[in-house]
Amino acid sequence: MPKVSMTVNGRAVSADVEPRTLLVQYIRENLKLTGTHVGCDTSQCGACVVHLDGRAVKSCTVLAQQAEGASITTIEGLANDDTLHPMQAAFKENHALQCGYCTPGMIMAAVDILNRFPKPDEERVRHELEGNICRCTGYHNIVKAIMSVAGTWTEEPVRAAE
Amino acid sequence: MTGAVHKSLVHESATKHVTGSASYTDDIRAPADVLHLQLGMSSHAHARIVNMDLSAVRAAPGVVCVLTAKDVPGRNDVSPWAGDDPLFADGLVQYIGQSLFAVAATSRQAARSAVDLAKIEYDDLPALITIDQAMAAESFLEAPNVLARGDARVALDTSPHTCSGRFYIGGQEHFYLEGQVAMALPGEDGAMTVFCSSQHPSEIQHTIAHVLHIPFAMVNVEVRRMGGGFGGKETHGNLPAAAVALAARVTGRAVKCRYDRDDDMMITGKRHDFRIDYEIGFDDRGKILGLVVDQAVRCGMSFDLSQAIADRAMLHADNCYVVPDILITSYRCRTHTQSATAFRGFGGPQGMLAMERMIDAIARSLNLDPLDVREANFYPAKDTPDRNQLGVTPYGMVVEDCIIQDLVGTLVASSDYRSRRAEIARWNSASPVLKRGISLSPVKFGISFTKTEFNQAGALVHIYTDGSIHLNHGGTEMGQGLFTKVAQVVADVFAVDPAVIAITPTHTAKVPNTSATAASSGSDLNGKAAQNAALTIRARLINHLSQRYGVSPADIRFRPDGVHVGLEVFSLAQVAASAYAARISLSSTGFYATPKIQWDRTIKQGRPFFYFAYGAAVSEVVIDTLTGEHRILRADILHDAGRSLNPALDLGQIEGGYVQGAGWLTTEELVYDQKGKLLTHAPSTYKIPTCGDRPQDMRIALYARGENIEETIHRSKAVGEPPLMLGHSVLLALIDAIAQANPDQGEPQLDAPATPERVLRALGGF
Repeated sequence: MPKVSMTVNGRAVSADVEPRTLLVQYIRENLKLTGTHVGCDTSQCGACVVHLDGRAVKSCTVLAQQAEGASITTIEGLANDDTLHPMQAAFKENHALQCGYCTPGMIMAAVDILNRFPKPDEERVRHELEGNICRCTGYHNIVKAIMSVAGTWTEEPVRAAE
Repeated sequence: MTGAVHKSLVHESATKHVTGSASYTDDIRAPADVLHLQLGMSSHAHARIVNMDLSAVRAAPGVVCVLTAKDVPGRNDVSPWAGDDPLFADGLVQYIGQSLFAVAATSRQAARSAVDLAKIEYDDLPALITIDQAMAAESFLEAPNVLARGDARVALDTSPHTCSGRFYIGGQEHFYLEGQVAMALPGEDGAMTVFCSSQHPSEIQHTIAHVLHIPFAMVNVEVRRMGGGFGGKETHGNLPAAAVALAARVTGRAVKCRYDRDDDMMITGKRHDFRIDYEIGFDDRGKILGLVVDQAVRCGMSFDLSQAIADRAMLHADNCYVVPDILITSYRCRTHTQSATAFRGFGGPQGMLAMERMIDAIARSLNLDPLDVREANFYPAKDTPDRNQLGVTPYGMVVEDCIIQDLVGTLVASSDYRSRRAEIARWNSASPVLKRGISLSPVKFGISFTKTEFNQAGALVHIYTDGSIHLNHGGTEMGQGLFTKVAQVVADVFAVDPAVIAITPTHTAKVPNTSATAASSGSDLNGKAAQNAALTIRARLINHLSQRYGVSPADIRFRPDGVHVGLEVFSLAQVAASAYAARISLSSTGFYATPKIQWDRTIKQGRPFFYFAYGAAVSEVVIDTLTGEHRILRADILHDAGRSLNPALDLGQIEGGYVQGAGWLTTEELVYDQKGKLLTHAPSTYKIPTCGDRPQDMRIALYARGENIEETIHRSKAVGEPPLMLGHSVLLALIDAIAQANPDQGEPQLDAPATPERVLRALGGF
């Protein structure tokens, strides 16, 4: 079995894996980093999004070997010790989650969106998030969380009747 | 009491969810020698199995055991009650995707590869796939059920106007983001511990006990959380849980099974498809005089929960409206497809949607605003001066809590419905290609399991001598925030911060004989049970403090700064330690049984529901008449959660329910080929709403005057299912747009889901 080496959340790791091992398998099963979820197995749902050299990828569609030498960040590597990453804090505070299964992938995708579009408008966020599906929410609070981190969330629709 | 309830606290697992530390079943650290189980599935819809050669499967690398029906020591059945869902097909297959055998191997890949080596010979039998086929063949699970009041035929004959029609309502895949998953660990004396993703741990326990032929007490089932349920994990988790338990029994090793997404969609049941045939009679104002409606329900290959689901569809055929004479006939069609199952609303949405379409048809035939027809037919309001004037449902329940007039009136004003409707008509007259439509649809949804015995719950609360509180109850967490709400309820009893309550996984050994977390009942039932447990302990503490300090119980108060005993203030830890020293029990169970309800399903009469939850939505859509494509432009929602236990969580349920309902009726299409194979068995072809599908302008509010007239937990109302039916307004708005595009073509013929193809067909586009 070939050996793969990479940096995951700042830590150098290596292992002998079957060539067909997916990055998500390597992350979940070898490294026991189970915050990266498998939702659809086929690169549609986005629950498995991680960062590979700073870019969001669906880790169910990347072979572990393709990440040779790369720097990987998973949801577990986003917080700075006990201090949540601003995107994590925004998802928490804005109720941008229900069952939570899509949440790690959403957050990793969201961080990537702001890396590429620091001040996205709502249309941009909606478009960029189309590869991440959530079955519980209606996406409102997810979009709100992302835009609030970017500082582009202004309008707050009516949320409680008087 | 602290006021821990009625607050918008974040979900109890929010921090864990955003950091990836929330553990789902597939994340539980398994023993190093865990085996992975894969099911072998039928590729024929209806056939005798002539031969099943599994020799190559057994010989495949990594395979440790292969299981078939012959290996089941107990009952080869994973059904919730009817005994008609074999764990492994035994000689006969009844749908494509049915479990035939299982392979347990050293890796997931080894198990999957081995399964493909099976050689199955089938002898095909005639297969019924659609409702039309089943109705033509009179293939029913049971005799048609009837609910009647008065003489609907005579009412139709004497009505000034009637209209009639037929339409189809498609099914819906749950698409919980976390698929079905279970892991079994064999214990001593034949015991089995199972971790799984289930809304009904007790039923998993019972199923495994029956399959393994061991007492219930030897099976422990634990569920910490699910990655979504929506009804899809009420019964359809039974099969993988039973399979891993059997494999664990045979091999003596831990065994795990996670359905691949495509397998999950092929194996598990979905929302029931319906075919509706109706004839409705009404007067010049659109007041309903009589209704005859046939509900043909595709139940799939077995009963599952279809009886209760089809019943609930009958019980929601009236929705918010008085129907004096009515005849509802429900046909429970047996087809060779997945066994259709619970899905948020549980038949209610289909029954209710049929009525809403009829109301619109009445309005169009009389050239009235559908809202006027709705208002003309609403059940009388709860504050109707004479109680005898309250409405009575066709099943004999008095509608005591009707607030739909006030709720709809408030929404009509806040959404500006009337002027927008007029503006849309003007806009359409100047727009040849794009046409807009608008609809307001109300919801009245009955709360309680119609099977009365399910309306009970248990809880277990401990206080430890350091003052920390352990909470457990029979409800399961699937993202809806149940654990947060119940923790709020218990925190309120002791006047502590909900964050200090230790929330623990649902476990059959802690609270036994539980009901499914379903029917929107989770907070109502488990909140009350947990409150009762906490109140029992608090009463003991008050009694102890009263005796020890010679203070009247009335002068002992639990406050956020501590327990006030006369003029002294103690911490909860001090009080608990004191009670322990005095040998007072600091642990209590709590129990709750919903009062007032009774139901006879054979005659379809009684009071099946404790109360009703109400809501209404206004949706505005635009269609492209050249392509059939459409968008939701704006949604205004007002929903009644009573006195909400947690407004933020409830708003989340409302928004998610509306979007899920809209998805069901627009983009989510289950396509079967003629042989009964589900073709849309992955998200590549089965489209749930994405971020871009949500209306750009969405305004959601809780009904500010909401208060349950019944004594529910803090006067709140159940909110899990009812908002799904707010999505009906989207389909109705699309029909409105089609009618505005083709004003001379009569009532639009649009089945659900309203895909662009169907919209174009309804427009006469091809």
